[in-house]
Amino acid sequence: MDLNYSAEENAFREEVRTWLDANIPPELREKVLNYEELGKDDLVRWHKILAKKGWVAPVWPVEWGGTGWNAVQRYIYEEEYALAGAPPIAPFGPTMCASVLLRFGSDAQKKRFLPRIYNCDDFWCQGYSEPGSGSDLASLKTRAERRGDHYVVNGQKTWTTLGHYGDWIFCLVRTDVDTPKKQDGISFLLIDMKTPGITVRPLVLLDEGHEVNEVFFDDVKVPLENLVFEENKGWTVAKYLLGHERLGTGRIGGSKRELGKLKAMAAKTLVNGKPLLEDVRFRDRLSRVEIELMALEVTNMRFLDEMRRTGNIGPEVSMLKIKGTEIQQALTELTMQVAGPSARAFKPLAYDGFDAFTASLAARYFNFRKTSIYAGSNEIQRNIYSKMALGL
Amino acid sequence: MDFQLSEELQQLSDSVQRVVEKAYDFEARKKIVASDQGHSAETWNTFAELGLLGLPLSADHGGFGGSSSDLVSVMEAFGAGLVVEPYVSTVSMARLIERAGSDAQRAAVVGAVAEGNMKLALACAEPGSRYDLATIETSARRDGDGWVLDGTKIGVIDAPMADRIVVTARTSGKAGGVSLFLVPRDAKGMTLKTYRTQDSLRGADITLSGVRVGGDALIGAEGAGVAALEEALDFASALLCAEAVGAMKYACDATLEYLKTRKQFGVPIGSFQALQHRIVDMYICTEQSRSITYLACARVDGSDAADRRRVVSGARVKIADAARQVGQEAIQLHGGMGMTIEMKVSHTFKRLTMIGQSFGDADYFIERFAA
Repeated sequence: MDLNYSAEENAFREEVRTWLDANIPPELREKVLNYEELGKDDLVRWHKILAKKGWVAPVWPVEWGGTGWNAVQRYIYEEEYALAGAPPIAPFGPTMCASVLLRFGSDAQKKRFLPRIYNCDDFWCQGYSEPGSGSDLASLKTRAERRGDHYVVNGQKTWTTLGHYGDWIFCLVRTDVDTPKKQDGISFLLIDMKTPGITVRPLVLLDEGHEVNEVFFDDVKVPLENLVFEENKGWTVAKYLLGHERLGTGRIGGSKRELGKLKAMAAKTLVNGKPLLEDVRFRDRLSRVEIELMALEVTNMRFLDEMRRTGNIGPEVSMLKIKGTEIQQALTELTMQVAGPSARAFKPLAYDGFDAFTASLAARYFNFRKTSIYAGSNEIQRNIYSKMALGL
Repeated sequence: MDFQLSEELQQLSDSVQRVVEKAYDFEARKKIVASDQGHSAETWNTFAELGLLGLPLSADHGGFGGSSSDLVSVMEAFGAGLVVEPYVSTVSMARLIERAGSDAQRAAVVGAVAEGNMKLALACAEPGSRYDLATIETSARRDGDGWVLDGTKIGVIDAPMADRIVVTARTSGKAGGVSLFLVPRDAKGMTLKTYRTQDSLRGADITLSGVRVGGDALIGAEGAGVAALEEALDFASALLCAEAVGAMKYACDATLEYLKTRKQFGVPIGSFQALQHRIVDMYICTEQSRSITYLACARVDGSDAADRRRVVSGARVKIADAARQVGQEAIQLHGGMGMTIEMKVSHTFKRLTMIGQSFGDADYFIERFAA
């Protein structure tokens, strides 16, 4: 057993770190590290820098712009990416829509969409959840009816992250309402958000931030050529995408960065003249999170090792999402606590010269409650583990 | 990065598993626990034949030069089978002597341990010490070219079957004044009050009154006992972590089996989501424990003492928390059956509980982690 990275892997890490350091625009890094909101311009700007380097989508096949890195290299890249404070690449295009197209798309669809996704010429978002279909996704009702050379789409999607930036949206829609199994009447459609009949409405979250939206479809015409895979086979596509996503949900690199920041903040914050970091009650809570993260990092390596050896990982990987999000949430909670009474002021109403970073900490804590709910709630992850790994 | 066992280690691991399954099936274990010796001499000899006793000891002194990581699968098998052999005591103290002892001590101990001819134990805790290695009153005073030891030791695990016992004693009143002595169990003036422990090991409280040992009984330099012992106990802790992982895995598997077979309301109780999520958390907890155990074993053999102390302490915190959760949940999900002495899982729970406070509990180790 060997938990160490090889010399080649360490050299690779150094290469990634050096490049990121030199190429992340300082004002964007500042925003990331200060938990400030990144606008569409910020996201696109960084995406295009990364596209030029060729690092937008490491997992893609090399012919389409992938890097050819193995699982360990990809993890090293992700970790360094997070530690560096690089702005996120919204996953909806390069990670989600693209993996579907690569697996199920026609040649014409690949040629049409993949290069534009890679360069962020189109900003993508995801149309899965509906008001009545959350964990029970297959009950979705948004209807697509075939009329000549196009579908007519009616219905509503919700929780559409960055839908207000979206140029395109990939949607699960119901194309057959009469199937005995509700999974069978679903199709996967690509929809241009500039099509008449689409309305995007903000859903303000409890931190008062705007990141998710409701998207309404009112007689929206979608060309038949925008159907991915076969009609009524959308659930196969959806399941593939869910399974494809789970490695990387631990967000280890990001949590390591946040832990470091939290410790630095707690070291500077005094309680009765002594650093909060040395306060036993606070420190014990922090230590338990840190220990869990140390363990999760090795757990993640074990999955990577399995992936590298067998090309596959089992359903146990759901634990990365569960533990990873628990750690992220605990870190935001402790960070808010470090701010003490200063955590209470609310940013948009503050006076000039106000410490906006401190005021973002409680908002971030509130916002991060989403992590155990999104991308398959942690309860759904436990259902998956129970059924697929334990056979219950 | 590689989590695969080498072919050689895989073979060893398979052999150990076979030995444990055969010699330590639940009925056989009951007899071993109830025997006068409290362990199985036959199994101990098998361990020697398999090379387990010399595995973590240096090849220069009669061992086989394995790493701590090499012992993970062995200890997991011991945990799953609830093995009561004095393995951790013996190899951790032999490793201590190999690292801190004199040439003569090494020559007397390492080979004998590897061949299965010598068992060792550690006497460090006292009525007022709790887990602190330096808070002791047992004294060693010079007497001619030897030493005389006086004091009381408690909770000396594996003492009744040990040939020699490593005893901590104060050689000066100062903070650094703790020294280690290798004392024959049957030394004159040493009285053992023996007992069975909650987790079916054998232990003893020991009174030392005027125990005279030679100058060659001192292990390492006078007053250098705590540092050497800390290293040895970090090694022992890493092994206990791996043992706990094996025990937790057994508790998970046994509980899963029970959920699939036990029926209430006409269906297996494993069909209830309230129980499904709890057993999933048991498994996740066990896998997290396994991960941090790998990390602890890797660090135990490293040269950075601060790093070793920190990582092993972190692992012990995780293991203590996990052992408690997995153990308690295993009993709860087994319902009334889990409360009976007839179920192996009940014994697993007791062992896990005691591992959770061997050499220190979660509170002790979380303090040491952050220090």
